[in-house]
Amino acid sequence: MIVASNLSKRYPGGFEALKEISFEITAGQMVFITGHSGAGKTTLVKLIASIERPTSGSLVVNGQNLSALRRSAIPYLRRNFGMVFQDQKLLFDRSVLDNVMLPLQIVGLPRREAVRRAQAALDKVGLLLREKAKPIALSGGEQQRLAIARAVVNRPTVLIADEPTGNLDTESATEILEIFSAFHQVGVTVVIATHDQNWIARYHPNVLRLDHGRLL
Amino acid sequence: MNAWFIQHRAALASAFIRLWATPLNTLLSLLVIGIALTLPAAGYVLLDNLRDLGRNASGVQQISLFMTLDASKKDVGEIEAKLRAAANGKWKFVPKEEALKRMQKSEGMAEIVASLPRNPLPDAFIVEPANTEPEALEIMRKEISGWPKVAHVQLDSAWVKRFDAFLKLGKLALWMLAGIFAAGLVAVTFNTIRLQVMAQAMEIEVARMIGATDAFIRRPFYYFGALQGALGGLLAALLVAGALSLLAAPVGELAALYGGNFSLRAPGVVEVAVLAALGAFLGWLGAQLSVSLSLRKFD
Repeated sequence: MIVASNLSKRYPGGFEALKEISFEITAGQMVFITGHSGAGKTTLVKLIASIERPTSGSLVVNGQNLSALRRSAIPYLRRNFGMVFQDQKLLFDRSVLDNVMLPLQIVGLPRREAVRRAQAALDKVGLLLREKAKPIALSGGEQQRLAIARAVVNRPTVLIADEPTGNLDTESATEILEIFSAFHQVGVTVVIATHDQNWIARYHPNVLRLDHGRLL
Repeated sequence: MNAWFIQHRAALASAFIRLWATPLNTLLSLLVIGIALTLPAAGYVLLDNLRDLGRNASGVQQISLFMTLDASKKDVGEIEAKLRAAANGKWKFVPKEEALKRMQKSEGMAEIVASLPRNPLPDAFIVEPANTEPEALEIMRKEISGWPKVAHVQLDSAWVKRFDAFLKLGKLALWMLAGIFAAGLVAVTFNTIRLQVMAQAMEIEVARMIGATDAFIRRPFYYFGALQGALGGLLAALLVAGALSLLAAPVGELAALYGGNFSLRAPGVVEVAVLAALGAFLGWLGAQLSVSLSLRKFD
């Protein structure tokens, strides 16, 4: 489902974040991208989600080669992914429910249906009772769960998260990973970038280990 | 309901909400747009009324046809037949006796008329052509001059021509004024939208990352610009109508002093609709330019 061959990413200024890496992620897998800070985890996540474009090599997602994708086709490709960003990117001027509704508004779902699905997604992450709150009123763990609800509300085939447990205490982090694990168990492909090695023993995911832009 | 319709309705709703959310900003923007549109709109109404005045003013578009003094009843009949054949507007025959009587009625003329040994006035026709274009009037004057027993044909065409030239000049000035204010309106919308894009940078960035198309991002801004422009147009119509109603009484008084019953014609439904549509179009244009420029930095 996600196939990379000789994938490289060089940023303006010459920094090479990824150097000729090749891998394959099949549908339904749970994959951890690990490595030290600056190893290229975030870059890889952004390439997969077509937020950034490869410098060379090919990256094929759902049969589409991202390097050759037309600009106008990118939004539709992104809708296949549920993204949980490192900085969450929640909108603090609107309610929890409205944050989760955004992906559904983008695809033009009727409002009633959108509300119903957003509430279902909030229920899955245990935030249904906070639907009217503003994100600022939520704890760190709750904000992360809100970000997950927004990522899954459009029923993506791939869930991608960048350091989802970064700033959380162990208890909250466990909750978050349990949620990802639950989605994996119902068949969603889950890709998580994390520097935290402790979870590997617990979930036995496939692991892509990066070191200075190379795959180990 | 398909996705396209839902998204457009949502964009329109969000434009309304944004206008409503900052009432003071909205009011100021509408005032700027409204006043910018009021000046050319008022100019248009003024010219429109002047044109009406030009059409209605009696004596302006008449052709006076004076027969020779020796013209007989038969000659008069012939001219009448020719006028009927030309079938161009209406005409009125003024026999020399009637002309004399009218003259007697004029103040200070009765004694002079009484002292005349015989009636010095000719039979005359007053023709009011249907086609009042200056060129057409001139052609008609030439034609009538050639008819038998016609001594003189008088057309106050110089006045008509001057008036026409004045209207043309006014129209040109109005177009230039409208052009300048249209550019102003586009600039106002441009700036408003630019500030909005900046304020919503986060929302735009997130929406893009999770699969929003360019059209989805732009749509609410287009609706906002168009809506703001349309409301500004309506405000302009309101201002013009208000000014006209204030002017109505003095203009009526003035017209009465000149013995006329001229009244100002207020803009109709079509004109108001055109003004709103024009405002909407210019607002949309400003939004289009602004969004295209502001969204570049998100690529």
